Amino acid sequence: MSAALLVRALRDPASVAALNAAGWNALIAAARAERLIGTLAVRVDEGAVPDAVRPILADARRDAEREARQALWEADRAALALADFDGPVVLMKGTAYVAAGLRAGDGRFIGDLDILVPRAGMDDVEQRLIAAGWEWVKEDPYDDAYYRQWMHELPPLIHRERDRMIDVHHTILPLTARPRPDADAMLADAVPITERLYMLSAEDRVCHAVAHLLADGDLAGGLRNLWDIYCLLADADPAKLAARAERHGIAAQVRQARRLADGLYGTGRGRVGMWDRLVLRRLLARDGWGRETRKLLRFGFYLRSHWLRMPPLMLARHLLTKWRKGHRPA
Amino acid sequence: MRHQITLKIGPATFRIGSAWRDPIDRLASLYAAYPMLPGGIADFSVRLEPAGPLRQWLRPSIFITGDHGLAEAAPMSLRHGLLAAEMGMNLQMALGWRRHLLIHASSVEKDGRVLVMTGESGSGKSTLAAQLGERGWRLMGDEFALLDLATGQIFPFPRLVSLKNGAIDVLSAEVPPDRMGPLLANTAKGDIRHLVPRGGAIDRMEEGGQPALLLFPRFGHAADRRDVGQAEVFMRLTQASTNYVALGEAGFLALSRLVQRVPAHAIDFPSGDDAIAMIEALWEERA
Repeated sequence: MSAALLVRALRDPASVAALNAAGWNALIAAARAERLIGTLAVRVDEGAVPDAVRPILADARRDAEREARQALWEADRAALALADFDGPVVLMKGTAYVAAGLRAGDGRFIGDLDILVPRAGMDDVEQRLIAAGWEWVKEDPYDDAYYRQWMHELPPLIHRERDRMIDVHHTILPLTARPRPDADAMLADAVPITERLYMLSAEDRVCHAVAHLLADGDLAGGLRNLWDIYCLLADADPAKLAARAERHGIAAQVRQARRLADGLYGTGRGRVGMWDRLVLRRLLARDGWGRETRKLLRFGFYLRSHWLRMPPLMLARHLLTKWRKGHRPA
Repeated sequence: MRHQITLKIGPATFRIGSAWRDPIDRLASLYAAYPMLPGGIADFSVRLEPAGPLRQWLRPSIFITGDHGLAEAAPMSLRHGLLAAEMGMNLQMALGWRRHLLIHASSVEKDGRVLVMTGESGSGKSTLAAQLGERGWRLMGDEFALLDLATGQIFPFPRLVSLKNGAIDVLSAEVPPDRMGPLLANTAKGDIRHLVPRGGAIDRMEEGGQPALLLFPRFGHAADRRDVGQAEVFMRLTQASTNYVALGEAGFLALSRLVQRVPAHAIDFPSGDDAIAMIEALWEERA
């Protein structure tokens, strides 16, 4: 499996010296598919790779630099739009990692700008962003109402000139999910990066990444999320993290994420259970052409993600509505 | 994947995998004169996959993807497998190439200097390049011109020329049949037939040249020519480039230099022969 090759290359970059051409093709295809090519490119020693690989990695590093520059510019624009907003604006995920110079940000692919603001300030933030040129992406009234009633974020907004998306969160999991993270505590403990912008505390950064990976989604892009977690764990105090995870209602998920991160990217000496193994099988379901494998297992996790997000009756109603609108799982 | 081939076009190496044998066999035959790197390290992987669970066998239909893909790409019939492979390679270049500024343009070279022709599909740029390539010019490519970020040279991407509809008859009249691919009838873009460039175009595919003239051809109008100002050229080329934004400052600088140094004209023409006469005259005058 080439996902395994990717994991090994990230864990032990020197191991790529042993790869043959077929191994490199598989590694590059998997790294691109998992959006980890930039991370790989900053970790691998350029001198140790074949001539044909060097420009591929150089391209990936340049792309990552551009991603970072664009992400910081978006953060800067949002900070300007929200300059007079009365409350903290907390950067999350990739943009925060890059803005704070964290290891998780090195070479990272960064998509949307994610910010966390107090729930009471959501309407104000929305108005200020719209005044500064952001617009609605989803025109569908069902989706819009769904977001506003049940999600942990506004429907995504896109900037009409720069074509970049912003996700405005007021907590880190959908309101329908079983765990109820304490967003107020996250905001209260956020640490400043600039005069206007904050990021989550070291422990809350881990909690957020874990909630996203194990208490919410279907593990798509999970290798990258787990790489984030592996890097973020290095800055978190283990005792504080355990207490924090308890408070957010995701203690079991954080413990599992630590086992998984250690299993894939760390020493790999910890014990893993049956459930861990299943998650690992799902995370590594990628072949040497970058194709998704283990379709049934993937579908199982897709179903589970919805199960986690909402109670059964609501789930049935939601899936029926989406089905009627023509949506089909990938 | 079950069937695969690795080939090099200009500076880029592609590993193409397919669920079916036929598209790979056709590529192997039409690209026979190009460098093949069996088992080599590729810049891009292209995948021709069944478009659905049963589509490998039942009304076989191809979903084109790879390192870079478009989720909404329309499936193609296996009969058009060769075109699918070509589109897959173009897709990787358009979305993933970073080592040059990529301009959606055809280009031909003479005496080390390059004529670049850009325009939308149907403008005639591809047909003109193919015709010039048969008449003493070196064909550098009919789809992408690669602008070097440091030297300002244009580098070739001489893949098979994709001739459409009327252009097929025009070129098959002057090209030996062994350099023409099979007729792919009724594709989304009409009839398509591929043309293998002349030997020199392939042997010298890593050799660039300084751009000397930039044309915006337009087929199907009364003969006319006009100068195009630098600002307009710049805007049109940013639109014709798939990676201008991704290259950031380096792309801006390279494009600015091209626009400032190379004369540009728009030419309208009613037929290929008119166009070639206009081009040769302009080349004498300006380049």
